[in-house]
Order: sequence, then structure tokens, then C-alpha cells
Amino acid sequence: MGRKLLLEKAHIDGIRSYDVYRREGGYASVEKVFKNMSPDQVTEEVKKSGLRGRGGAGFPTGMKWSFLAKPEGVPRYLVCNADESEPGTFKDRYLMEFIPHLLIEGLIVSSYALGSNRTYIYIRGEYAWIVDILEQAIAEANANGWLGKNILGTGFDCQIYVQRGAGAYICGEETALIESLEGKRGNPRIKPPFPAVKGVWDCPTVVNNVETLAAVVPIINLGGEEYAKIGIGKSTGTKLISACGNIKKPGVYEIDMTISVEEFIYSDEYCGGIPNGKRLKACIPGGSSVPILPTNLLFKTAKGDTRIMNYESLADGGFATGTMMGSGGFIVMDEDQCVVRHTLTLARFYRHESCGQCSPCREGTGWMEKILKNIEYGKGKMSDIDLLWDIQRKIEGNTICPLGDAAAWPVAAAIRHFRDEFEWHVLNPVESQQRNFGLAHYADPRPVPVA
Amino acid sequence: MAEEKKLFKVTIDNITIEVEPGTSILNAARMIGGDVAPPAMCYYSKLKGSGGKCRTCLVEVAAGSTADPRPMPKLVASCRTNVMDGMVVKNITSERVIDARNGVVEFLLLNHPLDCPICDQAGECHLQDLSYDHGKEGTRYEFNRRTFNKHDLGPYIQLHMTRCILCYRCVFTADQLTNKRVHGVLDRGDHAEIATYIEKSLDNDFIGNVIDVCPVGALTDKTFRFKNRVWFLKPVDAHRDCPKCSGKVTLWNRGDEVYRVTARKDQWGEVEDWICNECRFEKKQTSDWVIEGPTKVSRQSVISQGHYVGLKRPKETITEVLEGRKPRLLMDIHDVSQVNKPNVELSKIPGPAHSDDFKK
Repeated sequence: MGRKLLLEKAHIDGIRSYDVYRREGGYASVEKVFKNMSPDQVTEEVKKSGLRGRGGAGFPTGMKWSFLAKPEGVPRYLVCNADESEPGTFKDRYLMEFIPHLLIEGLIVSSYALGSNRTYIYIRGEYAWIVDILEQAIAEANANGWLGKNILGTGFDCQIYVQRGAGAYICGEETALIESLEGKRGNPRIKPPFPAVKGVWDCPTVVNNVETLAAVVPIINLGGEEYAKIGIGKSTGTKLISACGNIKKPGVYEIDMTISVEEFIYSDEYCGGIPNGKRLKACIPGGSSVPILPTNLLFKTAKGDTRIMNYESLADGGFATGTMMGSGGFIVMDEDQCVVRHTLTLARFYRHESCGQCSPCREGTGWMEKILKNIEYGKGKMSDIDLLWDIQRKIEGNTICPLGDAAAWPVAAAIRHFRDEFEWHVLNPVESQQRNFGLAHYADPRPVPVA
Repeated sequence: MAEEKKLFKVTIDNITIEVEPGTSILNAARMIGGDVAPPAMCYYSKLKGSGGKCRTCLVEVAAGSTADPRPMPKLVASCRTNVMDGMVVKNITSERVIDARNGVVEFLLLNHPLDCPICDQAGECHLQDLSYDHGKEGTRYEFNRRTFNKHDLGPYIQLHMTRCILCYRCVFTADQLTNKRVHGVLDRGDHAEIATYIEKSLDNDFIGNVIDVCPVGALTDKTFRFKNRVWFLKPVDAHRDCPKCSGKVTLWNRGDEVYRVTARKDQWGEVEDWICNECRFEKKQTSDWVIEGPTKVSRQSVISQGHYVGLKRPKETITEVLEGRKPRLLMDIHDVSQVNKPNVELSKIPGPAHSDDFKK
């Protein structure tokens, strides 16, 4: 049984309310930092913990905090990125819904470390009911003196505001989020300047994911060094994984990043294996934007070691044989699933969510979707597969924000590992059009116009 | 004694120059000039915040700086990346850059109709130039092109959204030059479009400048559209005493007739001084202007066809060979009226004229 840090108390009745949360030891980290630690010491503790951003990129949080510019007389902001829109990822929702005070507590500690007097939670618009839960928690924290003016007599003022997005995936990208927070169209900004120098209203800003900020609480409670002992290598602490797809037990799991991928999929403690006696075909381990891996590469790394559920092991060998930890959206596919159809679904998503600012993403994502649609419905040509490969190559790395990469990687990995399925669709057009998958009705069944 | 300003040394395509801190790679490359300067479809030096969107100006940074000589992993937008001391940049010497730029051109042309023969921007189109440099003769795109409903943008400006490449220049222009921006980008992704709020017209005094900044033929001048091709016109610099703007313009003449008025542009195709709508749309008489002289046009530009400055014509030899006789006599053409019978009206002949028609 892995150690639980974030969801340890999530099952306790009434933990959503302040009274129960406090009774169970909540807000101890706030007391600790206000009584005994300077803001720099908090940052140092986070650095020692080795915590990596849990939003997907995995950048060291302590280092990100230390980049924050601190000019005199200029306010600083902390923004909590709760715009969880990556297909397959729903871990932050779980955390915010069931134990909201953990996030509020983490936000207060982090705001203190960064000197942010106004902190925002930018939340996905579709999470409407969670907004109420968070606002209730903020009101309770206010009423009990954890927020507001001169918190616990320290002279530190802090207020937390919840801002709803309008349901655009791109607003999960930190600079687009900042634009949206400022009330503008959610287009990504060109970096540099980075938010640490010019963020919200051109002031120094740190944007962190929900899980990252919640993890600050156990880091302070345990101490950074103790936290770093959990996990392995540079993947310290615990990680929330949202598992879905063809598994017996979909849900949000907290793992300590030492268990193997095989154990995660097949053990009863976690996913519980593949239902209906089916075999595993492939897995997207970090949310829809990370490369898909077939079974033969999923359990073993490029070096032949057992693949572990952590940042380094999942990425081992680069994209040729590895993938990414990403946000932890673990999508499992059994032998009946069609990789081409799933790739089309993802391509459609990224095409729809492209902000349209830069030409490779705006035009390329739509082009990929159309070609994939042709292939999926038996109207593709063999040359289309190579064309797809070339298009994704021209998009990757050439766009303003990582959405271009997120659109390109799934297509690249699908072709790299499942080219034979693409070829099957081309060679068997009639069968391709007649297939009818039980759960894959979300693909548009309309006939494809061919120019 | 004034303190000496520290300059940054930057090497672009093996040419080293010194520039002031804060200079972008693109502007440093423009100081060198020629092919070293990356193309730019969305960047416009006069518009704050422009650039970084079209990705045509991507370059490879082979060394970040003297202090940190590591190369940048991704190609960067040269218009929005500032130089560092000791930076080494590869533009046309980088295969990665050329490959990426070819890709960008293909993406830009995906939904941009290649109707140069009828488009009003032909001859002045940056995308046309870019596709000649980096495009391919064919397209790999087999699907229906994106099309849009036509928008009426008032009496002076025509928006042909189908040709738009969403460079945002016109939005920046309206935002920064006028006090009432009523257009912007609606929707997102490949269905994003430039549009006005419930089709309000763009009626600000300086809104005509959106025509000049448009790199393709999406925004055109209604008072000039399809009246002539730019290479048949003779651009001359002129000015007038205008209370609203600098009044410095380029007149596009044919004979004494002023076909259109535009702002003067520099060698990178960027407006030097913004002009007002009155100068642009309403002053179409030569007498309205003080003519300064022919506009300098790059010899490579199609606009230079027919009117080079300081053109030296080759020596005429036929008349000399014919000992003073006119060439027309050699070809036995005595009179134009004798070639075609005046009683044959070509326009009334069904189909192409045939010799039999003249024998009737």
C-alpha cells in the first residue's frame, strides 16, 4: 500500500468542511510557516523536496519560485491553474471537490513564500459546482482568520479569488491563462518575457497547478528532505493519477512513483486489470497530449528495465521508446480499440482547441484531422500516412505554445508504433467503413467529402 | 565624457555586427540586409506587440550568448527574440530553418487561394514573394478550402477574409492608431476570422492604414480595386499640407491620372508615416499634391517593370541596318486600316475570327 499525502484524509466524512478539516490537523502548515519560517525558508523547503510541477511539464517548483522577480513596490501574484482540460486528466477535480481546504492551505503557504497578497484560482468553466465548493472553503478560511488582513498577526495580507474560465483548453497554458484572467482573449503570449518577470498585469507571477500547490502542505508538514525520500530519483513525493479507459477500476489514485506500470494496471489496489478478459493493447500514460505506447514498450524501458510510474522511467529512450509522465491522465486501451480512430478523436480535439494565432498550429491541426478522417473511414491513401508524419514534424516545436506539440506528438507516436493499423485502413476501405466499435461512437460518422 | 554604450556582438549567417541591447534578431539581421534578414508576415516594426504569430521568421540560435553558449533547442521567432552578446544565429545557413519555413509557407497557403492573377495585391504581396522563395509548385492539400462570407467594411475598405492569413497587423493598427477599434479576431483555430462587430464599418480617420499593413490581399482599397495592376502604374513621392497626418504619400499614377494613394513604405515594405483617410481616398487629383519625384523601387520588384530609374536603353540597330527605312516597311505593313477590313466587326462574329470571315 503506497503512502498517501494528498488524499490521505479525502475519505473522512465531512472533510470538505472547515471544522472537520481543522480537527484532522488542517492548516498546521500555515501555522508552522507563520510561526517559524521566513518566505525564503519556505521556498528552500520546496526546493529540498524536489517537487516537480504536476500540471504536465514537470518543471522543479522550487526553482520556478526562485525565478520570481521581486522589484520594490510591484505586487506579485500567485495563480493556481485549475483549468484542467487535458482529455483523460481529472485528478485536480477530485482534489478540489473532496478536500478543497488542502488547496486553500497550500495556496496560503505558497502565497506567503512568494509574497503574493492576491492569489487567483483560475478554474475550468465546466467545473461550475467546484467553484461553489472552493468559494465556500475560502469563506470559511476567511471567517477563521486564515485569509484577509494581517493573518495570525504576521502582518501578511492575502486574499484568494476564484475566476472561472469559459471552457477553452488553451487557457490551461500559463500565458493564455494570464491573458484570460486579465479579461482578454485567451491567446498564449510569446515568451520571453516569462510570467516570473511579466505575468498578470505585467507583474511578476507564478502559475502552478492545483496538485503542485496542494503538495506544498505535506512538504511543510514533513519537511522537504523527508518528502524527497518518498519516490525515486528526481520523481519525489506522490503523484495523483487519473486512470480511465479499459480498466476494471477507473478513478483517481495517489501513487508514490516507485510502482511499475504493470503493477498499476493489473493490481487490485489500482486499476484492477483489463475487463472482460481482454488483452492490453496500448496506453497513454500522461494525458492525451503525450505519446501513446504499445504494450511491448510500456512495461520495459529502452534499457530493458522495468518501466516505473515516474518522470524518468516513462520518458526513457525519448519518444522512440518512451513517453511522458505529463499530467497523469492514464488512458488504457484494450485489444479492441482502434488507434487510428482514437488518434482522429485527439486530432479533432486539438484542431478545435487551437487558438489560431500561429499558422502551423492553426492550419496544421485541421489538416491532420482531415487526413485522419479519410484514413479512418477508408478513403485514405498510403501516401497520406507519410504526409501525416511530415505535417506533425512541421508543427512540432514551431508554434508559440506547446499546443502544437500536444497535437503533433499523439499523431507521431501512433504512426511510429501502429503504422500497420493505418495501412490496414488504407488497404481495407470497405471493412474500415463498416466497423462499429461499442464505445467509439464519438467519432463523427458522417461521410467524408473527398476533394 | 559621455559613457560609452555597450554594444552586443551578434553573428548572423557568419556575418558579425554590433547592435544595441534590446535589438531583436530580426532587426539585427535587417541591419545586415539582403537574404540574411528573415521574412516577416506578421511582424511590423511600427506596431507594438506585433510579431511571433506567422512563424516565417523562425531562426536557429546556435549559441545563446558568450556567457551561456548553449544552443536554443527550438527554433525561435526572430522578431520577438532579442540578441544577447555573443549570440550566434543561423538563418539561411540552417537546414532546419529552411525546412521549417517551407512548412510554414505550405501552411499559410493551405487556405489562401492562389488567385494572384486576379487578386488586387499581386505585385505587392509578401506571401507571393515568400512562396516564390520557399514554396512548391504543387500542393499536398486535397480538401475544400476555408471560405467566409464577405464582410462590408464601409465605403473605402474591402475585406476578403478568404485571403486572410490572420497576421493580426490590421487589428494592431486599428488598436494603436485609431481611437475606436471595431474589428478583431472572432472564433479560434482554423475557423478564426477577422471581422467587425455586427459588421460595423471601419470609419476612423486613420483606418485606411489597415490596407497598407495587410501583407496579402485580404484588405484592399475599394477606390482602387481592379482599376489597374500596380506594375502598370508609376509610383511617385508627393506631399501635401495635411492637418491630420504628415501628408507624405506615394501616388500611383498612369499618365496624369492618380489611381491610388498609399503611405510611403521602406525597403521592408513597412509604412514610414501613417496617413489619414482624406489623403488616401479623397485626394485623387495631381493638383492636390506637390510632386517630389519617382519613388525608389527595388529593381527586383515587379513594380519596377517599365520604369527603372536611370534606365539605359540598348542601342536601336534595326533602322540603322535598314538604312534609315522604318521596320514597318520591311514587314510590308503599309497602313493598319489595310490589314483588317473596316466593315468586319470582330465583336459580332460568333467564336474566334477566322480568315474566312474576311473573305466574305
